[in-house]
Amino acid sequence: MKATTLVRLAARSIRRNVMRTLLTMLGIIIGVAAVLVMVAVGEGARSQIRHSIQNLGSNMIVITPGASQQGGVSHGAGSFNRLTVDDALALQRESTLLAAVSPVIFAPAQIVGGAGNWRAVCYGVDAGYREIRDWDVSSGRYFDAADQRSMKKVCLLGATVAKQLFPDADPVGQTVRLRDVPFHVIGVLAAKGQNAQGADQDDVVLAPYTTVRTRLAGRMFIAQILASTSSPGDLPAAQDEIAAIMREAHGLAAWEADDFQVRNQTDLAETASATTEVMTLLLAAIASISLLVGGIGIMNIMLVSVTERTREIGIRMAVGARGSDVLTQFLVESTVLCLGGGIIGVGVGVAGAWILGRTAGWATEVQPQTMLLALGFAAAVGIFFGYYPARKAAALDPIEALRYE
Amino acid sequence: MTDGIVIRTSDLRRTYTVGAVEVRALQGVDLTVRRGEMMAVMGASGSGKSTLMNILGGLDSPTEGTYELDGVRVDRLDRDQLAEVRNSKIGFVFQGFNLLARTSALENVELPLLYARNMKEREARTRAVEALGLVGLADRLDHQPNELSGGQQQRVAIARALVTRPAILLADEPTGNLDSRTTIEVMALLQHLHASGMTILIVTHEPDVADYAQRVIELRDGVIVRDEPVAARRSAGADAGGTR
Ligand SMILES: Nc1ncnc2c1ncn2[C@@H]1O[C@H](COP(=O)(O)OP(=O)(O)OP(=O)(O)O)[C@@H](O)[C@H]1O
Ligand SMILES: [Mg+2]
Repeated sequence: MKATTLVRLAARSIRRNVMRTLLTMLGIIIGVAAVLVMVAVGEGARSQIRHSIQNLGSNMIVITPGASQQGGVSHGAGSFNRLTVDDALALQRESTLLAAVSPVIFAPAQIVGGAGNWRAVCYGVDAGYREIRDWDVSSGRYFDAADQRSMKKVCLLGATVAKQLFPDADPVGQTVRLRDVPFHVIGVLAAKGQNAQGADQDDVVLAPYTTVRTRLAGRMFIAQILASTSSPGDLPAAQDEIAAIMREAHGLAAWEADDFQVRNQTDLAETASATTEVMTLLLAAIASISLLVGGIGIMNIMLVSVTERTREIGIRMAVGARGSDVLTQFLVESTVLCLGGGIIGVGVGVAGAWILGRTAGWATEVQPQTMLLALGFAAAVGIFFGYYPARKAAALDPIEALRYE
Repeated sequence: MTDGIVIRTSDLRRTYTVGAVEVRALQGVDLTVRRGEMMAVMGASGSGKSTLMNILGGLDSPTEGTYELDGVRVDRLDRDQLAEVRNSKIGFVFQGFNLLARTSALENVELPLLYARNMKEREARTRAVEALGLVGLADRLDHQPNELSGGQQQRVAIARALVTRPAILLADEPTGNLDSRTTIEVMALLQHLHASGMTILIVTHEPDVADYAQRVIELRDGVIVRDEPVAARRSAGADAGGTR
C-alpha cells in the first residue's frame, strides 16, 4: 500500500474517535512537553554558564594549587596551598608566551568608609589583571606598575562595594580602611554581574598585590594565578610552558606529579557544561518517564482498537490484505497518533519554556534539534508501543475475524 | 488448465475441534468445476456448505485432501500466498455483506485494489467506478452501507468481488437476507456475469435460486450426495419482467 494511503487511513480512523484520540494523545503531549521544558531549562543554564565563563576574560589561563584529578575539578584543590607570589614572578620572568601574569591574593576584609561598613574580599593583584580579566574601570583609573612597585595604598572598588559604601557620592578620591589600613580609592570597576556559580563578581576590592602582601596583616592566601596569552592559538603551548616553569619553581622530580593545575577558559567551560549536561540529561530522563507512560496509554488504546475492529481486519484480509499490510496499517496509526501528540507537545513545550523563562526569570532555550529529537522520540514510542497490538491484528485468522461479533 | 477445469478437489476434509469434541464439517469432498460453469451448492443447515466455500475461497485451509485452483495446489500455500489468491483469483460474496462501515461504496469496492500489486490509484478508482456501474449503482458511489438497502449493499459486495477481475466468483448465500424481488435482481446480475464468461458458485437454501444455475450439488454431513445439471434453468431477467 502507498504511504499516503496508509496515512490517510490512519488519520480517518483516528478522527472517528476524537475524544478518545485526544485523551490518548494527552500522555504523549505531556511527555514531550515535559522533556522539552526540562531540556530547555538545562540548555538555558548551560548557555548562561558558558556566557559567564566567556565573561571571565579572553585567553585566560587559571593556575590553581593541588593535583589534578581525573574527570572533574578537585574540590580539595584550594585547601592545599602551594602557590606563591614567587611562582607568579617566575612566570613573569621566564615565560615567552604569556602577555600578563597576576597572582591573586585572597584577603577577606572588613571595609570601612563612606556610608559605613562592608565585608568583601580584597584581591591583591598585578596591574596586568585588568588585561587578563578584560575588566575595565567605570570611573577613575587602574593602578599601574609604578603604584605596584612603590606599594602604594591604592584600591579599586567593585560596583557592589562602591554602591554599598558610597550610594550617592563618587568614591574616587575617597579613603577607605581595609583591615584598618587606609587605602586611597582611585577607581571603580565596571559591573560584571554574577559568575557561573551565581556569586556576585562585583563584591570585591582590588589592590596591588605588593601592597596587600606587605601592608595588610592577617590571613591571606594565593588561591590562583591568572595569566593570559595574546592570542587563543598560543594557549596550549603557553599551558605547557607554565607547567614546565612551575615544576622547576616547585623543584618537582621527573616522577612526581604536578602539584598544581593549569586550565584555560575552554577547560573551565567544559567542566561547567559537563555538570549541567548531566543535570539536563537527568531532567530529560525523568520527563521521559511520562512519555513512557503515554506510550503505555497508546498501547492500551491500540489493543482496544484492534479488538473493536476485528471484523474490519477480517474483511481486509478476506479481500487480500496480507499480515504485513495489517501490521503496517496499525503501526502507522499508532505512529501518527504519537507524532500528532508529539507536534502538539512541542507546541505546548515551547510555550511552557517561554512562559517559564518570562515568569520565573530562568534562562530557557529550545533548540530546533531538541524539538526534532522529541518528535523522533514520540514516533519511536508510537512504533514501539504500537508493535504488539499491530502484531496481534496481523496474526488474526481471516475467518475467525469475520465471525467475530 | 487446457482441460478447462478451474477447481478440482479430492477427498477434501475439514475437522473443527471445539474443546474435546471434533466436528467433521467436510468428510471427503471430490469436486470438479469447469471454467464458465454456474453451479449452485445446496444442503441443510450445518451440512458444510460455508466450510467448503471458505476453503475454495482461500479463507480457510483443509485439514486433509487436495485443492487445485487453476492448476495451483492451494492447500499447500502459506498465509501470504493465500492472501494473494484471495486478492487476485477469487471474488467472494458473503451472506452478511461484510462491507466496511462508515466507508463509501466506492471505497469499499476499491478495497481489494489497495492490496493488489502494481495498482495505480487512478486505475483503482476507474475500475471501482466501473464495477459499481456494472451492478447498477453508478449513482450511489458516495453512499455508506447504512445509507443503502440490503439489495444495494449486496450489489456493492458483488462489485467489490468483481473489481479485481477474478476468474471465479464465490457467493455464500448471496440472497439469504434479501426479499424475493431483490433476490431476482441479484440473480439477474450473477447470470449476466456468468454470460460474460465468469465461473460462479452460489450457496443457497432455496431450490428456486438454484434453478438459476446450470448445475446443482447437494451436501449432506460433509459429503456430496447429489450432483446434477439443472433440468429447467430459469432466467432471472425474464422472471424480473414477470413479477413486475
Ligand atoms: N469455526 C467453527 N468451529 C467449530 N465448528 C464449526 C465452525 N464452523 C463450522 N462449524 C461446524 O461445521 C459444520 C458445518 O458448518 P457450515 O458453516 O459449513 O454449515 P453450512 O452448511 O454453511 O450451514 P448454514 O446453511 O447454516 O450456513 C457445522 O456443524 C458447524 O457447527
Ligand atoms: Mg453457511
